[in-house]
Amino acid sequence: MAEPVISVKGVSKKYRIGLAEKKSDTMVATILRGLKSPLTNLNRIRNLSKLNDEDSSIFWALRDISFDVQEGDVLGIIGHNGAGKSTLLKILSQITEPSIGEVKIHGRVAALLEVGTGFHPELTGRENIYMNGTILGMTKKEINRKLDEIVDFSGVEKYLDTPVKFYSSGMRVRLGFAVAAHLEPEILIIDEVLSVGDADFQKKCLGKMEDVSKNGRTVLFVSHNMMALKSICKTGILLNHGKISHSGTSGDVVNHYLQSYAPQSQIEFSERDETAQSEKIFLRGVSVTSKMNDGRIDITEPFSISLQLKNKSIAGKFHVNLFFNAPDGTTIFVAVSGVEQILPGYFNAECFVPAHILNDDFYNLDVMVVEGAKPIFNMKSVITIQGIEPPRDHAWMGKFPGLIRPKFQWKLIST
Amino acid sequence: MNKQITIIKASTGWRAVNLKELAHYRDLLWFLTIRGIKAKYAQSVLGVGWAVIQPLFSTLVFTVIFGRVARIDSNGVPYFLFSLVGLVPWTFFANTLTDSSNSLIANAAMINKVYFPRLVLPLSSIFSKGVDFIIGFVMLIIFLIVYRITPSWEVVMLPWLILVLLFTSLGLGMILSAMAVQYRDVKHAMTFAVQLLMYAAPVVYPTTNVPEQYRWMYALNPMVGVIEGFRSIFLKTIDFPYEWVIMGTIISIILFVFGVFYFKRMERVFADVA
Repeated sequence: MAEPVISVKGVSKKYRIGLAEKKSDTMVATILRGLKSPLTNLNRIRNLSKLNDEDSSIFWALRDISFDVQEGDVLGIIGHNGAGKSTLLKILSQITEPSIGEVKIHGRVAALLEVGTGFHPELTGRENIYMNGTILGMTKKEINRKLDEIVDFSGVEKYLDTPVKFYSSGMRVRLGFAVAAHLEPEILIIDEVLSVGDADFQKKCLGKMEDVSKNGRTVLFVSHNMMALKSICKTGILLNHGKISHSGTSGDVVNHYLQSYAPQSQIEFSERDETAQSEKIFLRGVSVTSKMNDGRIDITEPFSISLQLKNKSIAGKFHVNLFFNAPDGTTIFVAVSGVEQILPGYFNAECFVPAHILNDDFYNLDVMVVEGAKPIFNMKSVITIQGIEPPRDHAWMGKFPGLIRPKFQWKLIST
Repeated sequence: MNKQITIIKASTGWRAVNLKELAHYRDLLWFLTIRGIKAKYAQSVLGVGWAVIQPLFSTLVFTVIFGRVARIDSNGVPYFLFSLVGLVPWTFFANTLTDSSNSLIANAAMINKVYFPRLVLPLSSIFSKGVDFIIGFVMLIIFLIVYRITPSWEVVMLPWLILVLLFTSLGLGMILSAMAVQYRDVKHAMTFAVQLLMYAAPVVYPTTNVPEQYRWMYALNPMVGVIEGFRSIFLKTIDFPYEWVIMGTIISIILFVFGVFYFKRMERVFADVA
């Protein structure tokens, strides 16, 4: 077999997570601690980049990852939140270095961990195309050559000389993706970009990715959308707590992933966890209150899902969306809250779900916070819940098909 | 296979700059510089006029306070010109320090999402200040014409002085920007540090006011050679200060070289702590 285009050997990555500060219990101790705080701070900050000692604040995001990718492969990377997918992509795209191990890449890499990186609101669409393109490693000449195609693909030609701050968020995403789609890398790394934009746009993106892979280029793809993964990727790896727990054909890996679901009644995120953060919002935790209280839900009983959120910015009018997704990533429905004025600091959002909605199946919840019409926070697969059916009183014992199972009024009368 | 090979692994110690890679990203450096200029003056009435106002108003205030009230010696030339000639290079230096030290933090989102040589961030923030310097310089020339002053023949040394100024700014900019990623104190300190630093350079007073035995120490500050060099060329206040400029050149090169290596050393943790 030919030499692999990407060869990952024994890669591990450790991070230091913040230690809880010691509380002092007397006034004298408080004053002393205040006086000493510059010194303690200095030590703490210095240690942010020093990872030599094995203490409790070291967190291994990846442990001993090895795999090869052959030229023309389309590899899907799957895993729950915190499994290390983003860290792996960051290492492969050279944003951060591994702590141990080595990656060898043959060819030009383009990594798309975000669309529209480097966009400046005061610059026009045209200027931002050049800005974003050069950040992604294109030269001015290359962009000149492809400008018409990019503009065409984005569909914003009318506003090309308008500052991007007047664009809708959808236009911004389209413009960003248009630039990225016209990169000509030998290896393409994509993280969940399909989760933005509307259905039409997502279709366009998927089409573009299929084109890329048909041209024999190598693609690495991270997504929570199992349908997309299965249809685009040939092979896959499943990450679990920083290790590869399974690898093989994408269908096989997706099945393993689906089986690995475990319902949870609550989950908490640390303030250093990037996936639970956006510029304005931090999701501290989610808890599910049901009769069983372990993330499993009797589908004939109502239950509630409570989100603990923090508004890191100024007060604003927010609403919260809770996406209920089937295990394959299809969104079944979205529970939309009312709009409320939210002050800076922590706030709570609780969604009461009536009985007779879920089927006997697993559901993944995404959390989105929207200000006005603009999503300011979006986290995928935050928590998994499982609908459980209590013993039935009629004959059919198999599982009912369908993603939901509402209960309707019926009348059955002999005539 | 004729493909570029990238090896990603934990790096240790000091590294050199990958010049080939930096050259590939020269267009990015260019657009970031343009972005810095455009974004700064977007939606402002006076636009680049601010590049004139900043040094001009400081000069006027200094002329009143230090020239008229405190009657500081200005080597026999009008105090207005004396401080203006000092303030044009100083304003560039001060602005590059505050801007470049903040350049990595301000672009943390970019650092976390895309790989590109991080060095382009402080470099572009310094280059984008070049426009302000050129505008300030043109203003200076206009005032010299108004005052009917012809520069000395040492005007040929001007590129040398500007290089010393640039290398000092680049060196300190790289060091401070890399430090600021981990220690946010740098950001808070810089805003007032540049104000204090101004009094450690001959901006409002001449170097001849510094006791003679301490002058060599004073000239370790590369801005001393630059500012006094400017004054010697345009105002003929003193003979061209070769000693101070050579001293400044050496220091600026040391700062620059150390800056490059320090930056490269810190670069690997930027994404982890930014």
